[in-house]
Amino acid sequence: MINFEYIRAASAKGAIDARTKNAASQFIAGGTNLVDLMKKGVTTPQRLIDINGLPLNTITHDAKGLTIGALVPNSAAADHELVKTKFPLLSMALNAGASAQLRNMATVGGNIMQRTRCSYFYDTTMPCNKRQPGSGCGAKDGYNRMHAIFGASDKCIAVHPSDMCVALAALNATVLVSGSKGDKKIPFADFHRLPGSTPELDNNLQPGELITGVHLPANNFNKYYYLKIRDRLSYAFALVSVAVALEVKDGVIKSAAMAMGGVAHKPWRLKEAEERLVSLAANKETIGQPLESIATAAMQGANTYAHNGYKVKLGKAAIREAVTRALFS
Amino acid sequence: MHTDDQQPCHNEGRRNFLKQSTAIAALATMTPMLAKAGEYDEHIAGYFEKIPLHLEINGKAYDLSVEPRVTLLDMLREQLGLTGTKKGCDHGQCGCCTVHVDGRRINSCLSLAVTNEGKKITTIEGLAKGDELHPMQEAFMKHDGFQCGYCTPGQIMSAIACIKEGHADTPEDIREYMSGNICRCGAYPNIVDAVMEVKKGGQAL
Repeated sequence: MINFEYIRAASAKGAIDARTKNAASQFIAGGTNLVDLMKKGVTTPQRLIDINGLPLNTITHDAKGLTIGALVPNSAAADHELVKTKFPLLSMALNAGASAQLRNMATVGGNIMQRTRCSYFYDTTMPCNKRQPGSGCGAKDGYNRMHAIFGASDKCIAVHPSDMCVALAALNATVLVSGSKGDKKIPFADFHRLPGSTPELDNNLQPGELITGVHLPANNFNKYYYLKIRDRLSYAFALVSVAVALEVKDGVIKSAAMAMGGVAHKPWRLKEAEERLVSLAANKETIGQPLESIATAAMQGANTYAHNGYKVKLGKAAIREAVTRALFS
Repeated sequence: MHTDDQQPCHNEGRRNFLKQSTAIAALATMTPMLAKAGEYDEHIAGYFEKIPLHLEINGKAYDLSVEPRVTLLDMLREQLGLTGTKKGCDHGQCGCCTVHVDGRRINSCLSLAVTNEGKKITTIEGLAKGDELHPMQEAFMKHDGFQCGYCTPGQIMSAIACIKEGHADTPEDIREYMSGNICRCGAYPNIVDAVMEVKKGGQAL
């Protein structure tokens, strides 16, 4: 692996100061993505700032919602009683990601910060505008089976790999951030970016800013499902995934939230589909046709490449299936 | 083998020699970056500077000294000779390197050793009590849970954790929660049988 300097931070302020003073430094927590990228030579930080000692590993709940510290491991979040009972969608999404070992290492903050798994990004002999701005996109005319069908640009067609983030997007989470100028809250939808002309920027975090946690607002959802379609049954990234949360009262859908993974550079909210689900009867006999039409509409505007056209049909079926399972299973 | 009655050797091994000479060359060309201790929160360890690391491994306390870039896996294998933990893919995709850190299974290939300060590590070498094998080791032998054996230490470490986590109630659960351990020989059905047996046996793990 490349060489680097190492510093252990004892406070969030110390970590932020250290990061602010050295533009070529990076925070490290679980390291499951960063160490891998460093071994491959994709990321070459000059200094690592170890934040594992910071007091950011608690989960708290009040009337306003749930706050999960940035250093809570994915497994601890997934298995936490409050998460399982109040936000089962998040628990399902977390358990759909990676392996038991990786979930024990990977943190909630690190999961939000994880980078695309695009093979052209990982292969330093290939062009990639995200890894090396201006070098081109190998995926656009390459083997792009895993790539985006929404929101891509001619500079980058990579997708965001996280399952957890798809659930957080659907649940209207807020990312809690600390920086040298103080604390701020970033709505989940505004956290990750579309590639546009600057695919090297995955998100809107400013240099020196540290994720301290995520907040999930209280909601009235009572039906959930996270459906993940992948090449094997476990331990693989999503080809397409759908997170759906529904509030069903007196047999009618009162409110809905839905997001897709594996289709864009960020979790892809399906606002129009959510609106159209509201006021439908939660009835197996009658929901089939409207659901078909909602799913078809949700996939309109998809822009496919040589090898990922299948994602349109798969995405449509996944939306239909995820809503059906949320309602009836 | 170095014994007490041998003369001290003045020739350097190739590996150590190269390590030292590159370290000196690098120090000569590097800008000074060893900030004063406490400037941020802790001393900054430079490129080739080994930093102290205190770990408990298989019940024994170790005072170690490692470069920041050394993974827990490489430290166990290269520095301590604990070669039971295997290096398969070295990218967190195969599970060969699974060890327990404070009782939780992790991929030691993706964990920098220095980020484990003060932790308790258990490796495959720490399971048996003398000649008495761990129940999971016995079960893997009984059920033929391997062919070539390369993934086996990782499978066994993972399997023990899988039961402790409460994720081994059914064969389906075991398959899902053991998915981070790849077996290229395809011994999966026998591995599931071994884990089921230990789970049903209810022994202390």
